[in-house]
Amino acid sequence: MVNAAYAIVALPLIGFAINLVWGRRLAEPLAGWVGTLAAAGSFVAALVVWVTMLGRAPAERVSDLTAFSWFPVAGLHANIGLLVDPLSMTMALFVTGVSTVIHLYSIGYMHKDPGFDRFFVYLNLFLFSMVVLVLGDNFLFSFLGWEGVGFCSYGLVGFWFQRDVAAVAAKKAFVTNRVGDVGFMLAIFLMFAHFGSVNFSAVLGTLVHGHATGLLAGTPGAINGTTATAITLLLFLGAVGKSAQIPLYIWLPDAMEGPTPISALIHAATMVTAGVYLMARVAPMLHYAHATSWVIACVGVGSAFLAATIACGQDDIKKALAYSTISQLGYMFLGIGAGDYADGLFHMLTHAFFKALLFLAAGSVIHAMANRQNMKQMGGLTRYMPVTAVTFGIAWLAISGIPPFAGFWSKDAILTAAWGMNKALWAIGVFTAGLTAYYMSRQYALVFRGQARWREGQQFVVVHDEHAEGVGPGLPAPAHSGEEPKDATWTMTVPLIVLAVGAFFGGLINLPLHGWDFLSEFLHPLFPAAASVTVPTGTKWALFAITLAVCLTGLGLGLTTWRTAEHPRLEPNFLRRAWYFDDAVAATVSGPLRMAAGALAVVVDNELVDGLVNGVANVLGSTGQVARRAQNGYLRSYALGIAFGVIVLLAYLTFRTGA
Amino acid sequence: MSISGPWYLVLAAVLFGIGAAGLLARRNILVMYMCIELMLNAVNLTFVTFSRLLNDAGGDDAVFFVLVVAAAEVVVGLGIIVAIYRRRTGVTADDVSSLKG
Repeated sequence: MVNAAYAIVALPLIGFAINLVWGRRLAEPLAGWVGTLAAAGSFVAALVVWVTMLGRAPAERVSDLTAFSWFPVAGLHANIGLLVDPLSMTMALFVTGVSTVIHLYSIGYMHKDPGFDRFFVYLNLFLFSMVVLVLGDNFLFSFLGWEGVGFCSYGLVGFWFQRDVAAVAAKKAFVTNRVGDVGFMLAIFLMFAHFGSVNFSAVLGTLVHGHATGLLAGTPGAINGTTATAITLLLFLGAVGKSAQIPLYIWLPDAMEGPTPISALIHAATMVTAGVYLMARVAPMLHYAHATSWVIACVGVGSAFLAATIACGQDDIKKALAYSTISQLGYMFLGIGAGDYADGLFHMLTHAFFKALLFLAAGSVIHAMANRQNMKQMGGLTRYMPVTAVTFGIAWLAISGIPPFAGFWSKDAILTAAWGMNKALWAIGVFTAGLTAYYMSRQYALVFRGQARWREGQQFVVVHDEHAEGVGPGLPAPAHSGEEPKDATWTMTVPLIVLAVGAFFGGLINLPLHGWDFLSEFLHPLFPAAASVTVPTGTKWALFAITLAVCLTGLGLGLTTWRTAEHPRLEPNFLRRAWYFDDAVAATVSGPLRMAAGALAVVVDNELVDGLVNGVANVLGSTGQVARRAQNGYLRSYALGIAFGVIVLLAYLTFRTGA
Repeated sequence: MSISGPWYLVLAAVLFGIGAAGLLARRNILVMYMCIELMLNAVNLTFVTFSRLLNDAGGDDAVFFVLVVAAAEVVVGLGIIVAIYRRRTGVTADDVSSLKG
């Protein structure tokens, strides 16, 4: 039944095709149900493959299904093929699973949107691209999926393209991703140059119980550490773009212009984790590229810290979550860099649950607040939206790292691995965990606790501070006309509950106890033995305690501080403006580039290109002016021409045969 | 007394020459058409002559093709001439030159 893997890929493609051709006629809500069924079918197929795989011995769980040859060019044989192994199945299961609930949620969320069917066209195409990305058996096919999700992200961020900000954000996301894609492509070229193949099996060698063979040892595929470092660094550049890490993270906060289900599915749970998947996929090669591992760990922890600080100063409910996503992705990379691939993926899974949940709950709130996204104008929503409040609360505790919620287990495992690699990485990671708890509690307090500031006359008490950077006084109370906010329809609340269950119990799939670490065991045959995880048990407990204490402190601070009053002092301008990184990019890159482009437009385009084009046109035109005289409109002159031509031809033939 | 083969060829050449000269000299499209027919039939005569001289039925075959093509050409051509005649008073070839360069 491994062949069911084809169905995982095919069903979303069929759903995409149906909605593309008949979407408008199916209209709402049928187009949405087609898309949801396609995603659900894909998930069922993934389950079938997974169960089949579990029935086999751990060493026999890898199967490479080759559908057909894509294009054989010279020495390059690119196949359309699926690699079914524990890693790709882990990815496929969670991608299709989370997709299904978010498809369902979108039916409610996109209600009455004029682009309802277009939304599901994109959504199915995205799911197809994403499963191609994780299931492809060679780098080229995976890259197809990689670009596919990038395109869908572009289309969905700019879904409401009538709004200028959305269109610009989509463009920014696309262009920033291209920078990373260059790295990915160069890595593929380099692989082909060295291995003569782009297949995972050929490039990564055969892994048997954590030991790579055929990489350094084998003769045809032998590479040295330098090449491994170069390839993995280039791939990491791609991952940095896709997974929004320093310095290419700038597109993700802007991508929040897209509809909220998109922020949940693409820009939190699945697409942005593609970079983590990629680095986990090349784990056998990373094993020989210590420099890359260090770069990954440092970039990861740096992004985690930086984005967490920025999240502390955001008012927009979705922007805060976006920075939080960058921060959590940083943790995943920290895990990968520390050589603890299984826990990096573990955090990816738990994060998919709680962050998708946070976004969907935020979407529910935004709906109830009549599209308002400023958290300072919310408050006290627990009473009005109990389902949203409880599910959001579970996700809040999960991301804050409070046991027994999912985030605690995965984050702690990564921090332990970081301790094994370097104490400084661990320290920054733990501090960031505290920040995470703080900003998430701030968000929870602002949205669900305190007073209902969306009512007339209710607003924040502003704690003034003479040294505070000038942030305006309390926000004017918005006029909230219309009915009281309330929970949404069942298509929106059911996904919340499903994801809340995941965020609650997600930790169970990989408990740090021998015999209970199912995910690590499942993935074990694929990854080299993690050298860094040699932390003694006593130290582990101490680290647990420290992390927990820091998280609880952050939690308490966030809750008490933001419940009733606003503190401009705590959100200085440099945090609101995200460390001025965007401004710096605008000044250093966009400014000179704009000037250079202006100069090029005048010199090269106006003079050279236009000159060439116009020159060709002029030559042809003047030739035509001369030639048109032959076309004088007198039939007899044409006849004379024909007669003359016949004579010439006859003369030629005669003399030729005569000679 | 029978006329020898070459004389037929001479006749055909003369007919062809008359036709070609008429085509170049005359301006009435109808007359020009007749000249074209004359040239075509001169060619047919050559075909038949060679067919007899060389004892080869291929020449006769070619004549049938030429007849069919000539008939089709006349149909199209006369149609055009009638269309022109409806629009203007005469069918002088030189007057029909609105598509000149």
